[in-house]
Amino acid sequence: MKLTLKIWRQKSKNDKGKFVEYILDGVDGDMSFLEMLDFLNEKLINEGKEPVAFDHDCREGICGMCSLFINGQAHGPDKLTTTCQLHMRRFKDGDTIVIEPWRAEPFPVIKDLVVDRSAFDRIQQAGGYISVNTSGRTVDANTIPIPKKDADRAFDSATCIGCGACVATCKNASAMLFVAGRIGHLARLPQGRIEAADRVQKMVAAMDAEGFGSCTNTGACEVACPKGISLADIALLNREFIKAHL
Amino acid sequence: MLKTSVAKKITMALSGLFLVVFILVHLGINLTLLLPGKETFEKAVHFMATNPFIRIMEPILFIAFIYHIIMGIYLELTNRSKRSVGYAKYDGSAVASWASRNMIWTGLFVLLFLIFHFYNYYIPFKTGHVESHYDLVTGLFDKWYYTLFYVLAFIALGIHLSHGFQSAFQSLGVPREKCLRFLKISGNIIALVVGLGFSIIAIYFYFN
Repeated sequence: MKLTLKIWRQKSKNDKGKFVEYILDGVDGDMSFLEMLDFLNEKLINEGKEPVAFDHDCREGICGMCSLFINGQAHGPDKLTTTCQLHMRRFKDGDTIVIEPWRAEPFPVIKDLVVDRSAFDRIQQAGGYISVNTSGRTVDANTIPIPKKDADRAFDSATCIGCGACVATCKNASAMLFVAGRIGHLARLPQGRIEAADRVQKMVAAMDAEGFGSCTNTGACEVACPKGISLADIALLNREFIKAHL
Repeated sequence: MLKTSVAKKITMALSGLFLVVFILVHLGINLTLLLPGKETFEKAVHFMATNPFIRIMEPILFIAFIYHIIMGIYLELTNRSKRSVGYAKYDGSAVASWASRNMIWTGLFVLLFLIFHFYNYYIPFKTGHVESHYDLVTGLFDKWYYTLFYVLAFIALGIHLSHGFQSAFQSLGVPREKCLRFLKISGNIIALVVGLGFSIIAIYFYFN
């Protein structure tokens, strides 16, 4: 198929950036979206032009590296799917596809479609962990019985890959779903309860300090999330936050 | 505590829910306009004007209104500043309801309505000598443009509540797993009752 691609090109962090249009012929429906970009880049390199920079790593939907705002939606039009799992058969011959980087002040564009998501790392470091004595007398986590229901819900929250689609799609550029995933994972487990009050306050403070917007419960994040992290986790975060202050 | 975004959201939820209670009471009083005769409404107005509990609640209500409005505008402006370079293409309808994405606009329209509403009723009620509250209230709807403006404002309020009601409980951390359906349905019912209830009164007096 033949596609018209409108891709955001930006040389560096301080460059203004602009959309550049590419006509790409010979795209196969079985290509993943990233393979289509590889195909474009091969062509650009052969023409002696600068290839389009974009983030990618595992290409099987678990690493959280790929991003891209495709035709107005984070990770493209499919639900519960990362960009690397999106296939070109989803598009039609002659389609125009607009490809943009995540847009949020805490996610500055580094180059083309690559944004700096280290703000997430700093929020994680603020409290997204449990403190365990690893001196050699560490108790095996499995010795503590945990109800299956809680274990399953904690695991659901833990499946967050930190891709940032929630922030990208939120009209407020809020990182609440990301933080709520961390809170939802740890607050439901006995090991996580110990530092729960401290964790929620520190992570919310870190989230605000990074300059993310505030949540207005539109639910856009939940729809865009490739891992299906639930809005229920944001309610849990709010509950934990209130508990921590009572 | 109010420094964090989550705390601000909680206060938006609390002030919003307080305003919902006020609106339901207000609607209850206004619906007496539809009863035969003017006495029931006059009695209800007299009760509200003299009841000590209501007198105590009035300034609190004012504070809640002002807080909800100012904080709402403040949060909207700060949230907007979090994405200085916007998307060329953004499909908001694919991920969230219209009501949830336009709370600021439905809210501001209700604010505009409030200014007129104060001018139309609150100030005459409080300062002037009103012969008949019933006639003052119903007289406004002789004019088509006031009827239309009021009905549009009630629709905006209904849309605002359709998201706001359940959103408030989400902000307050009510477990979504158990209560979501109940909150969504009751939120929509309240939105419908408020939007339709006030509109019916305005339209009834326009035609009568």
